[in-house]
Amino acid sequence: MVTLDDLKTPKDNTWCPGCGNFGVLMAFKKALIELGLKREETMMVSGIGCHGKIVNQVNVNGFHGIHGRVLPTAQGIKLANPDLTVVGFAGDADQYFEGWGHFVHAIRNNMNMTLIVHDNMVLGLTTGQATPTSQQGFKSKSTPFGVIPPMLNPLAHALVSNGSFVARGFSGDMFHLKNLMVAAIKHRGFAFIDVFQPCVSFNYLNTYDWFSQRVYKLEEEGHDVTDRKKALEKAFEWGDRIPIGIFYNKERPIYHDSLPHVKDSPLTNVPAENVDITSALKEMM
Amino acid sequence: MTVNKLSLMVGGEAGAGITRSGFLFAKSCLRGGLYVFGVNDYQSLIRGGHNFYTVNVNAEMVYSQADTTDLLIALNKETILFHKDELVSGAGIVYDGDQINITPEELGRNDLKLYPVPLAKIVKELKGPKIMENTVALGAAIALLDYDQELLNSVLHDTFGSKIAELNIEAAKQGHSYVKEKYSDSFGYSLKKTASAGKKRMFLTGNEAIGLGALNAGCKLYAAYPMTPATSILHFLAPLDREYKMVVIQTESEIAAVNMVAGASYAGARAMTATSGGGFCLMTEAVGMTGMTETSPVIVLVQRAAPSTGLPTYTAQGDLRFAIHASQGEFPRVVIAPGNVEECFCMTVEAFNLAEKFQIPALIISDKYLSESHGISEPFDQHRIRIDRGNLITETKYTGKEEYMRHKFTENGISPRAMPGIEGAIVRTNADEHNELGYTTEDPVLATKMADKRFRKLDALNKELENMETVKFYGPEESDATILAWGSTKGPIREAMKLLSKEGLKVNYLQIVYLTPFPAAKVQKILQSAKKTIVIENNKTSQLSSLIREHLLTAVDHKILKYDGRPFNPEALAKSIKEVL
Repeated sequence: MVTLDDLKTPKDNTWCPGCGNFGVLMAFKKALIELGLKREETMMVSGIGCHGKIVNQVNVNGFHGIHGRVLPTAQGIKLANPDLTVVGFAGDADQYFEGWGHFVHAIRNNMNMTLIVHDNMVLGLTTGQATPTSQQGFKSKSTPFGVIPPMLNPLAHALVSNGSFVARGFSGDMFHLKNLMVAAIKHRGFAFIDVFQPCVSFNYLNTYDWFSQRVYKLEEEGHDVTDRKKALEKAFEWGDRIPIGIFYNKERPIYHDSLPHVKDSPLTNVPAENVDITSALKEMM
Repeated sequence: MTVNKLSLMVGGEAGAGITRSGFLFAKSCLRGGLYVFGVNDYQSLIRGGHNFYTVNVNAEMVYSQADTTDLLIALNKETILFHKDELVSGAGIVYDGDQINITPEELGRNDLKLYPVPLAKIVKELKGPKIMENTVALGAAIALLDYDQELLNSVLHDTFGSKIAELNIEAAKQGHSYVKEKYSDSFGYSLKKTASAGKKRMFLTGNEAIGLGALNAGCKLYAAYPMTPATSILHFLAPLDREYKMVVIQTESEIAAVNMVAGASYAGARAMTATSGGGFCLMTEAVGMTGMTETSPVIVLVQRAAPSTGLPTYTAQGDLRFAIHASQGEFPRVVIAPGNVEECFCMTVEAFNLAEKFQIPALIISDKYLSESHGISEPFDQHRIRIDRGNLITETKYTGKEEYMRHKFTENGISPRAMPGIEGAIVRTNADEHNELGYTTEDPVLATKMADKRFRKLDALNKELENMETVKFYGPEESDATILAWGSTKGPIREAMKLLSKEGLKVNYLQIVYLTPFPAAKVQKILQSAKKTIVIENNKTSQLSSLIREHLLTAVDHKILKYDGRPFNPEALAKSIKEVL
């Protein structure tokens, strides 16, 4: 059984003291322990931004890729070896700006994997610019007069894209977030968690206090996670009360269900050697 | 009577089955033991416009299309008007006299033979679809050429489902009888089965050959976004994925495709993508990522003409420098340029082997002309194919004494490669500069060591390439001039060399197959004995000349360049070569 010690890496952690990423990191480690996953069968993929460094902090397989491309890389890995438990980590600019084009398609594909978006509503590593989830009017280095367009609603997008597992967590509630991660990883299909994760250096607006005063748990209010329309209603709830928890969770066929020829054997187990192409050659004669 | 030497063209508007009928004719010739080359010319539209397909037939090996046409099948009037000046004296035109009225004034010449055939009427009587007019015309052409109707029938039979095949065979028969009754023995060209009729030869496009190469190389993931002229690789592989236990996936973009391929390659599956210039622009960031993470994608870049959208369905060689330099930073890669269908097949396998052995991205660069033209080849010998996965740990358990390090420093720079999931090893890689374990680093000493490690692989690769066919030499040792070229110009160059040698002119030709790493020593050796050098390229700035200058500090003597989107034609090329001799 894997322990916190096993998951430790020799890398120093360079996040700011009090960074919301610490909550995500600890929740993930605890989720792995609870799930009893082996280090070797766990696969982390991350993008670029403060979140991306999470691959340095967990001693499991890791692919720290490029900005916005967590999902295609992670899906490529999953297609090659569905035996791996693949978890993608992205930032809000990483996924919702640069990688937006991949987001809805990965949700549509519904491969059996998880996406965790560290959503701090600001670009941290580039020292404070607006992201798609920055609130309208948010003043940052790139938007000194305030963000002009309204916020993007990733949960609603995930829901209307036929997402099979859509959730939101808060890194200030690590235990709750861990439970979400466990449910997401167990979910057979593409599970998406948007995580409120305060940036203590560059987001003066959406702070721990700001979130703490507003978030409430869907499961405590009898939300039906199998009702997509209700989930969508909840996804639009924003203001004094903001829901966290599982918005929607209903399995549908996964991508590999339509690939009967590779369902039971990872592509990585099919030898590259001695492929007989006689019949394909004959077609050309 | 000219026997077994013919250039035939089928032309008409898009959607009229032009490529298909040209291909069927060519395949009928192939089965009669004749050599053929087929090239299509089409515009970026679905209906209307002007499409044509040219078949060059010969009793001996033929490497490209011809400059002129001997028999034209015109499915509309435009085809006649567009191509009348490319017809040789005595050439024939098969067309529907009921639908097309062509006056001698319009034709402007009186040395052509007109063969009106009531294509539409015959199709109507057979209650067939309009597109079948081209089959009637094929039957008519076979009759004019006094060729074997049965060969066309067998091709029609194998191409269409039985019921549609029957109808087409009947249509061809009617066209055939009409011509036999009306125009018997009037045409100056004929085709005859040769002694090698029935001998199995392949007739396929460069893209199909690359697809076959990928299958034989054990490619397990093919991810791509449609883009002409690379799309037919996707079309070729998609229906075969179940049979070959692979996944073929159409992604949301080229960016997704290449990153997916990178992920699959990291995970241990051989993976490939293909695109054209615009899509490759989108892929460039990930090309660098694969260099940094030491993964092994195979990326096919099928060039088309001009910058941006350019001429989307036409050919060029303008992306050589782009392929060589794509992505920021410095890292080793291979760029391979096949010149014919057989090379497309073999070099795709080579690309997979080199990519995995040296843990680098491998690029195959071709173009519209090579990728969509049909070339002939002896059957590919799959038993000669060797799969080399390099330093890949295939056991299910890692038993190394020390902790597994994906980017371990080694003498030749190549680190043992474990697939994630293997017991006892954590496989970590990183697009950031990293240490041996794959953890991010910004340490200057480590950064230097890692860059050096990656470039030690280049030394190892260069050593490997010394014994591989990175250049190919054709023609006499002693010559008046040496041609230097890469990629699809090979066909027209070899045809032009035939013409020149008939005139007693001595020209040889060095095909540079590997553009990166550049085979400088091998090219140098040839240049030393060359009396005169001529670079031939389908681009404006002669990128190969600049590479030769870069690597050998040598200026070539002459450049023959063409950048109108069309391939070189052999006679015109021979003339250009003669002008500089």
